[in-house]
Amino acid sequence: MRPLAPIGLFALLALPLPWLTGSGTVLNLATMVLMLATLGQAWNLLGGMAGQFSFGHAAFFGTGAYATAILQIRLGLDAWTGFATAVLAAVAMGALVGFASFRFRLRGSYFALVTLAFAEVARILANSLEITGAGVGLLLPLAPGLDRLQFTDKAGYYWFALVLCTAGLLIAARIRDTRLGARLAAVRENEEAARALGVDAFAVKMQAIVWSAGLAGAVGAFYTQLFLYLDPHIAFGPQVSVEALLGPIVGGTGSIWGPLLGAAVLQLLGEATRALTGGVTGANLVAYGIVLVLIVRFFPDGMIGLGRPRALDARGVSG
Amino acid sequence: MLLEVEGLTVRFGGLTALADVALTVEPGEIAAVIGPNGAGKTTLFAAISGFLRPQAGRVRFAGQDVTGMPPERLCALGLVRTFQVTRPFAGLTVRENIAVAAHLRHRSRAAALALAGRVAERVHLADRLERPAAELTLAGRKRLELARALATEPRLLLLDEVLAGLNPAEIAEMEPVIRGLREDGITVLLIEHVMQAVMRLSDRVWVLVGGRIVASGPPAAVVRDPAVIEAYLGPGAAERLERERALAGGA
Repeated sequence: MRPLAPIGLFALLALPLPWLTGSGTVLNLATMVLMLATLGQAWNLLGGMAGQFSFGHAAFFGTGAYATAILQIRLGLDAWTGFATAVLAAVAMGALVGFASFRFRLRGSYFALVTLAFAEVARILANSLEITGAGVGLLLPLAPGLDRLQFTDKAGYYWFALVLCTAGLLIAARIRDTRLGARLAAVRENEEAARALGVDAFAVKMQAIVWSAGLAGAVGAFYTQLFLYLDPHIAFGPQVSVEALLGPIVGGTGSIWGPLLGAAVLQLLGEATRALTGGVTGANLVAYGIVLVLIVRFFPDGMIGLGRPRALDARGVSG
Repeated sequence: MLLEVEGLTVRFGGLTALADVALTVEPGEIAAVIGPNGAGKTTLFAAISGFLRPQAGRVRFAGQDVTGMPPERLCALGLVRTFQVTRPFAGLTVRENIAVAAHLRHRSRAAALALAGRVAERVHLADRLERPAAELTLAGRKRLELARALATEPRLLLLDEVLAGLNPAEIAEMEPVIRGLREDGITVLLIEHVMQAVMRLSDRVWVLVGGRIVASGPPAAVVRDPAVIEAYLGPGAAERLERERALAGGA
């Protein structure tokens, strides 16, 4: 069992950033990195550790985002209750998607398509239902205060995101170092062989998707707090699902630091592209695409695997 | 009786892979299923171990009807199989591979990793413990299959051609390992093409031909059985051999 010290060290080193920089841009960028790193970590719990590639993590992100917004706007509840409910709602959504897919042994591209379908159905529902504000979306009233989880300065959101990111790292490390992690890795590598050795593949995949969805829901709720505005495309759009998987794939799937590394690299790349092209819309997406192709082609282990001996040449061999 | 199979029938479309197969395995024995290619041996293992649901028939394990039970539950009951086409968890180390199986009865990571080390010792994989499983040679992968199955601490072990493809030295190293399982109270049912090994290892042999059991008994008796000889060498072969033997004896 590997110690959790590196995670503690990371949190400790990241903590004083707001005091070290006076730049709002830097702090915004750091907050986005932490947020996307956590979303990527959520994806990683299912996609990286269990090998079940989701293309619809927006379904969980959006469920969390809308849950807290609706509770605060429609029911007047405080943001903490909203946050907790958001996580639970996303967990329920995860259980639903997981049951619908894993019960019927959907794997690979079939699983990816089912998750995408769930996210799209959620987007269409959010676009037409009154409770979600339909196409207009939902606007949270500006009301700074700890009970509303709204902060007057950027540092508050930065630390909020840091807590989420650290929680994501701890969850990932905990799963990796316990029986669940071993079983998920086995299912990822060869599901039939895992079942032959007594691994209940359905049960472990359900656990993975529930953790994954809950964490993604927490990121969604954070998004609501940060921008105080939601619409169906922001919450459930395919762009969210792509953001969720891009970071971990670039950084390194299955590794607990991969999503953070990937999110940092992609955000910095996005900023650089914006600066270089003078803010051409979509230029950052082109840069992401190029990086993704290069990574998948040359470093299938992600950036975290650079300089580490490759053990993948014979992956999937049989005989 | 540890394992009782009766009336087992598996069809793939119009093809009957297993027809009314019955066999029994007693606690503590090493039994073998032999038969020509395509006889249905691997299908039989798949049907016993829960990977295939038979169209008809029963599988009873330790007195319990387990027909159609999923493999992970059978494994928990103590019935485990290996795969002829090895299926290592290629991205994991040898130790991690075995630990997955050890986790079946040990929750703690440390306990599972330690048990993995002890099992690896037994199948002569100890020197490769921290290497990625993808690096193993065929012999290594066969050992890993056996090690993982053993780490589930089974009562009945179904071995699907663990010796196939090994050289004579490697076979000589594996045989005592398999024979040694008996001392741990593990019963073995194996499929094997390496006939000399079957003759040396097994107490009882079941001969599967065209999806049917055509003979059974101690190995020495089974290989003289006319039905078995014909299955391997073609119709009339038994008679021809008998004639040649008589001529040789008369000369």
